[in-house]
Amino acid sequence: MKAKTIKKNIALIILIIGALISFIPFFWLIRSSLMTNVEIFEFPPKLLPEKFIWSNYIEIFSIIDFGLYVKNTLYILIPCLIGTVFTSCLCGYAFARLRFPGRNIWFGAIIATMMLPPAVTLIPTFMMWSKLGGINTYWPLVFPSFFGGGGFFIFLMRQFFLNIPKELDESALIDGASYFQIFTKILLPLVKPAMLVIGFFTFTNVWNDFFGPLIYLNDESKFTLALGLLQLKGSYSSDWNLMMAAAAVMVIPAVLIFFIGQRYFIEGISLTGIKG
Amino acid sequence: MNLEKEIKLGTGVPKEITKKTKIRSLHRKEAIAGYIFALPAILGLLLWTIGPMIASLIMSFTNWKIIGASEWVGFQNYVNIFTNDIYFKKSLWVTFYFAFGSTFFTLLSALIVALLMNMNVKGQSVFRTMYYLPVIVPAVASNILWLWLFNPDFGLLNTILDFLGLPTLMWIYDESTAIPSLILLSVWSCGGTALIFLAGLQDVPKQLLEAVDIDGGNVWHKFRYVTIPTITPVIFFNLIMGLIGAFQAFTQAYVMTEGGPNNATFFYVYLIFREAFLQNNMGYASALAWILFIIIALFTLFIFRSSKDWVHYGGRK
Repeated sequence: MKAKTIKKNIALIILIIGALISFIPFFWLIRSSLMTNVEIFEFPPKLLPEKFIWSNYIEIFSIIDFGLYVKNTLYILIPCLIGTVFTSCLCGYAFARLRFPGRNIWFGAIIATMMLPPAVTLIPTFMMWSKLGGINTYWPLVFPSFFGGGGFFIFLMRQFFLNIPKELDESALIDGASYFQIFTKILLPLVKPAMLVIGFFTFTNVWNDFFGPLIYLNDESKFTLALGLLQLKGSYSSDWNLMMAAAAVMVIPAVLIFFIGQRYFIEGISLTGIKG
Repeated sequence: MNLEKEIKLGTGVPKEITKKTKIRSLHRKEAIAGYIFALPAILGLLLWTIGPMIASLIMSFTNWKIIGASEWVGFQNYVNIFTNDIYFKKSLWVTFYFAFGSTFFTLLSALIVALLMNMNVKGQSVFRTMYYLPVIVPAVASNILWLWLFNPDFGLLNTILDFLGLPTLMWIYDESTAIPSLILLSVWSCGGTALIFLAGLQDVPKQLLEAVDIDGGNVWHKFRYVTIPTITPVIFFNLIMGLIGAFQAFTQAYVMTEGGPNNATFFYVYLIFREAFLQNNMGYASALAWILFIIIALFTLFIFRSSKDWVHYGGRK
């Protein structure tokens, strides 16, 4: 028994060291964001600023239009959330519950797309949007989320639907309910946790997306937070305190959302592994 | 099942023929409903994957630009890539180096973290959160943060090395340490992979571990003959997804290094991006993208083939 406790304690110590290592960059981010532009370049570097310069956080909103970028990001986020959650439910229901010819082939093909490098479809998709006049609009960033949200989300939703006892739909069917009624009245309320999992993942995907906005948005007034941060890097590249403050503004909401939805994030990730 | 039940409970029409037509119409009803509900995914597959893939293949045989006429050029793009493109080979090498390095070290660290967490240590949920936190940091923000951490004069990493009395490094600013530095950044966010491993480890059957104890086996025996075989499907999944993801590294090159120093981080997708969106060579970039697709497909196929020899699907398959 004693050897076991010792082993556990060694594991605990290694884990704590690892956790500190993964945490230190966050500490450095906040620490640097609260320094003056002089203090940040002092040698040897200080652990903590002499005085916390909270005004850095106000300053970044005045040197670039950060408020607008936040608003733009939300403007993309909300329709993406609605589209992804709603359509992934529809498709998850179809692939888990309804029998139709070719179902397994379609599902297999959709799962296979998870392994496809987006670089292959990127150029024709871009050309299509350019022909349709979608460049410099939010259409290319929002519209694709109304197609089930991609292989991963459809897979995840299907797993959740499979876990609901089938007797529920069967008895409703016997009572004369339509498939649409079964879906909305009986099953949707039961997959709420899955909807939250997908909602939280969609939030981080959109909030973090960088490549999409980079190629589709040209106009500064349309920029998202990720592009705004990059723009700041271009023009204030020596003001590391301001850049760190701006990066923190982008990181903090993501971290908050993670803490709120932690349970759902972890559930979603754990389900991923069962795939095998 | 439900169909038969419904017919039994139904109107009780005795005639065989009516029964059959009824079953058929119920089947048809279900099939129609299935297609209606699955429509977004099916349309999405055609519109965002299969259509663009075919278009991209066709474009790779043309000299398509955004503006102006385009011509069929046969295999010219492919010939140029393999014979004239000075960046092609370099970027391929850089991408392989990064993909294998980062996948190996990420999987290794993730597995160690997951094994430690699985020892029922106190505060497992706190550790899960701590290790997962780097994963949710937006790529641009984390790249800008690490650019600052890598700063040779005022960065955190050299401060630590200096504090420990070790020689400082140039990190991403030196040709030889640039890729290892970016691998370090990937390892920092190994928490997602670790959680997938942890979920797999929780499936390891306790009876088997106890059986090893009874037979006088030690920790290594348990790990080698019980734990590892049980989690091979998870290793397999993480390996494939890790490699596919790493082959498409782009943001680091765009935000941190601009492909430098001396093209040491000139990732393949960065090359595609430059050809397509800075030089407007859409046809040429499509050919590059198809080469990447074939490389990834070959690797995936190879891992899938080899999986028969090393992946164990307990009772599940």
